[in-house]
Amino acid sequence: MNTVASTTAGSNSSALSRNKLLDNLLRILTRSAAIAVLVMLGGVILSLIEGSLPALKTFGLSFVHTESWNPVTEKFGAAAPIYGTLMTSLIAMLIGIPLSIGIAIFITELCPPKLKRPISTAIELLAGIPSIIYGIWGLFVLAPLLQKYVQPVLINTFDGVPGLQNLFAGPPYGIGILTAGLILSIMVLPFITSITRDVFETVPPMLKESAYGLGCTTWEVVRHVVLPFTKTGVIGGVMLGLGRALGETMAVTFVIGNAHRISSSLLAPGTTISASIANEFTEADGELYTSSLIALGLILFVITFIVLAAARLMLARMRRAEGK
Amino acid sequence: MTIRKTLARVALATAGAVFATSAMAADISGAGATFPYPIYAKWADAYKKETGIGLNYQSIGSGGGIKQIKAKTVTFGASDKPLKPEELDAMGAIQWPMVMGGVVPVVNIPGIKPGEMKLDGATLADIYLGKITKWNDAAIAKLNPGVKLPKMAIAVAHRSDGSGTTFNFTYYLADVSPAWKSDVGVEASVEWPVGIGGKGNEGVAATVTQTQGSIGYVEYAYALQNKMTYTDMVNKDGKTVAPSSDTFAAAAANADWSNTKNFYLILANQPGADSWPMTAATFIIMYKKPESAADSMTALKFFDWAYKNGQKMAGELDYVPMPTSVIELVEKSWMDNIKEGGKSIWN
Repeated sequence: MNTVASTTAGSNSSALSRNKLLDNLLRILTRSAAIAVLVMLGGVILSLIEGSLPALKTFGLSFVHTESWNPVTEKFGAAAPIYGTLMTSLIAMLIGIPLSIGIAIFITELCPPKLKRPISTAIELLAGIPSIIYGIWGLFVLAPLLQKYVQPVLINTFDGVPGLQNLFAGPPYGIGILTAGLILSIMVLPFITSITRDVFETVPPMLKESAYGLGCTTWEVVRHVVLPFTKTGVIGGVMLGLGRALGETMAVTFVIGNAHRISSSLLAPGTTISASIANEFTEADGELYTSSLIALGLILFVITFIVLAAARLMLARMRRAEGK
Repeated sequence: MTIRKTLARVALATAGAVFATSAMAADISGAGATFPYPIYAKWADAYKKETGIGLNYQSIGSGGGIKQIKAKTVTFGASDKPLKPEELDAMGAIQWPMVMGGVVPVVNIPGIKPGEMKLDGATLADIYLGKITKWNDAAIAKLNPGVKLPKMAIAVAHRSDGSGTTFNFTYYLADVSPAWKSDVGVEASVEWPVGIGGKGNEGVAATVTQTQGSIGYVEYAYALQNKMTYTDMVNKDGKTVAPSSDTFAAAAANADWSNTKNFYLILANQPGADSWPMTAATFIIMYKKPESAADSMTALKFFDWAYKNGQKMAGELDYVPMPTSVIELVEKSWMDNIKEGGKSIWN
């Protein structure tokens, strides 16, 4: 009896110490993984700052608002790429968000069960297509279609309408800011759709059924029950899509026209931060040129950071408004 | 995403270089221009079959090639833009032309067939400066009596990536147009006054093929392969020439390589009745006192083999081999310059 008790106690204590060891090991491993991410991020920031110092020292704050980008005279300004990055992302969001949320609503609320799976799979497949394929498709398929059928209509329709006339001024090249925005909207679609679909599915059926029971239409249920319940998740999905749109490189490079200019027309060629870097980094010689490209990278980093911070702030404010 | 890509590229390049110098000591390692990559690859393939020695060439662009040879991670660097003699002297390196090609203007105008239209340097520069905006402009019409030119807006296309092709194209425009020289200048990428940028020769080719009323410039091989409408050019002697390997070779033959220092010569706008005005050579850069004489010797043997046996392959890919007189000058320069312990390694 005694011996039995002591052996169990012994095995218990050895099992306990083994568990403790395992727990410690796990903690150390996961913690170092987390720290590694921070170290890498810090390293990226530091090397970006270090690399862009020569450009920032030479041009100062004027780097941000100068439009000219001249490798011959080594005078560089980031205004055109910054404008292009923000504008294409804005177009992508204007088209992408309503479309994605619409798809998510259809899948979760209205879709016949038979169709649910094929539509979801199709959306996930869209996410798996490499961006260079989007670029090539955009250049060889979408751009000629836009040039032939869509852009002439836009130019003629808005000709003479103040404001819009400048926004849709010719000639129709097929490629440009608008085309880049369109491609981006297709690329962000799967991200926003799959996240909003997932969060829509977390809405307790009882809430929805009660609303239906009160005589609500589907739209009213979506508007007053589903969206308020899931808005944090939806905003998270939108931010993920926006992050992708801001940084997308290859697809945009193919269809944006790569001109370091800011023009009032959306049909005109432009450039983005990542497209400029992809185009010019390999052939950039001279410290100032390379440094200006790295400074562009730093600016993109700052823009992304601001976007994420703004999203956080918005969520916090919403929570406060709800009194949570 | 951008940062990640850039870092990934740097990491890849470094990894490639380390791999090239350590694990494949027997192979020749080089990096640089993308324009000659197809012919270097073809030569390397044939050379490997003959000798068993391979070529590890990273076609990362002329700028990248110059950076890598400066960092001494490769045995030779390749560039479409020759380095200035003083820059080479500072590096302790020499350069020589390896093979030639031509840049041709391509257009997409309804009803105009390849070679039916001609342009001259000043008109081409004015189009790219945005001064000529319609195809029926008086300057173009004057050059093309009898050709029906539409009243169509000119859509200008250019390379968006830094490129040796752009360097040679802008060099020519600056040579013929003072306005281009002062307002835009000569570089692998410039601040274009007008137009849209396509990535790579294929990007420019796609833009021109798809846009009615467009004009672009591509390497000759691309114009041929894509069956594009190229134009003839009026050259320095005032003669009209069509792009072909013959007119490229004529430009090279008339070029006076013997009076250059370090072969610093850009083949644009050469004299001669048959010279194509936008002919371009691509260059190899190597150190005078190499880190490894054996590696450099292996590379020189390959270049010598390519000069002597590679003409036919070059022709098949629409490149133009260097004339024999130039090859003799190049090999003499190897003998005079590339040395180990005061003794030349090439003999």
